[in-house]
Amino acid sequence: MDDSRLQSVLHPAPGSGSALLDQLGTVMYVGAALIFLVVIALVIHAVLTSPKPADARKWVIGGGLVFPVIALSALLVYSISVGNAPERRGSDHTLRIRVTGKQWWWEVSYELPGSARSIVLANEVHVPIGRPVHLELATDDVIHSFWVPALAGKVDMIPGRTNHLVLTVAEPGIYRGQCAEYCGGQHAFMALYVIAESPDEFARWLERQSQPASMPTEPFLRTGYEMFFAGGCHDCHAVRGTPATATLGPDLTHVGSRYSLGAGMLRNHIGTMAGWIAGTQDVKPGSFMPSMNVYTGQELRALSAWLESLE
Amino acid sequence: MPECRAIAIVISLLLSGCDQPLPGPEVQGGDAERGRAALQKYECGVCHLIPGVPGAKGRVGPALHAYSRRIYIAGRFPNEPDTLTRWLLDPPALAPDTAMPRIPMTQKTALDIAAYLYSLE
Repeated sequence: MDDSRLQSVLHPAPGSGSALLDQLGTVMYVGAALIFLVVIALVIHAVLTSPKPADARKWVIGGGLVFPVIALSALLVYSISVGNAPERRGSDHTLRIRVTGKQWWWEVSYELPGSARSIVLANEVHVPIGRPVHLELATDDVIHSFWVPALAGKVDMIPGRTNHLVLTVAEPGIYRGQCAEYCGGQHAFMALYVIAESPDEFARWLERQSQPASMPTEPFLRTGYEMFFAGGCHDCHAVRGTPATATLGPDLTHVGSRYSLGAGMLRNHIGTMAGWIAGTQDVKPGSFMPSMNVYTGQELRALSAWLESLE
Repeated sequence: MPECRAIAIVISLLLSGCDQPLPGPEVQGGDAERGRAALQKYECGVCHLIPGVPGAKGRVGPALHAYSRRIYIAGRFPNEPDTLTRWLLDPPALAPDTAMPRIPMTQKTALDIAAYLYSLE
């Protein structure tokens, strides 16, 4: 997909809430422009023609009362219908995903059908196409706002409550989202990706994500695994299947499969992984992760290789 | 004396050439502009300061300004095109203790990146 369209209200995804908003916007702009032109034409007419007595009562009642009542009532009905469009309503069978805003990243958790446990990941929301997805939006710290411009309008994440957004994505693709409520120093770099894929691909992805990480057997990756604990990464991060269970930072169980690092800061490959670990504070100053400049070069490479192997 | 004047002109012309930097090494088959795009795509700037690449101001690895006049690659190997290309393709193969990981890329991309680095004067 063209990068400029990843995050654009002007290029709404077909069939999404944003497409409805786009349509509503077009109707409003075109309608307002037409009315404006008629009013200006009347003014010009009044100035250019010779004065003659007009039926003021007729104009006041017709132009000032009847016309606005009809036009605004029609708009009201139309805009309410947009607000209640089927695309925006979920059902009991809707897939539920909880997205929690944090300074400055997103925790995303999926409830597994028929199971009490949920799968936690970060900074990307995978959705199956053609099926309503119910997002429960919350925050752990300050106010954030969930905004994926090509898919839907903004929904605030307010401390102490859960807000809701139902999304239906019709076409496979990658859509970029952004926190839309100032939430501190790195607000502008708090991004996420919505990845829409076919129901089959989505099911395979969810199945893979639900698996714990497997123990590395290759010596280099084994070193990386040991470095994870030697450097204290497990004080903040969890990797399911290992003793690391902390929830302060993003869950890294399948970090190697993710589209981006640092909440949309970097693409994800072994080079950016190493650079992010060693230079976090250069990439995202003020982030709660320190620059982990405690490893030798080889150790840093091993750690990055192990994390990238978690797919 | 006309001879003296001629010699003076020749000498001053020769000296005027001295502040021109020597051209960087030539990389056969490398395209500097594509190299710049590759540096941006791979986000090498997370670790390196690279003039001409937007946002490349990392401090994890060495700054790459004036790379055409750099004497050693990674402080170890004489800076010449073949070695630089091999380094870009697989740094740990040349220096096992380096922090720079092997980033999978084609030989052509490595040549392009080398060409760009040698365009930095």
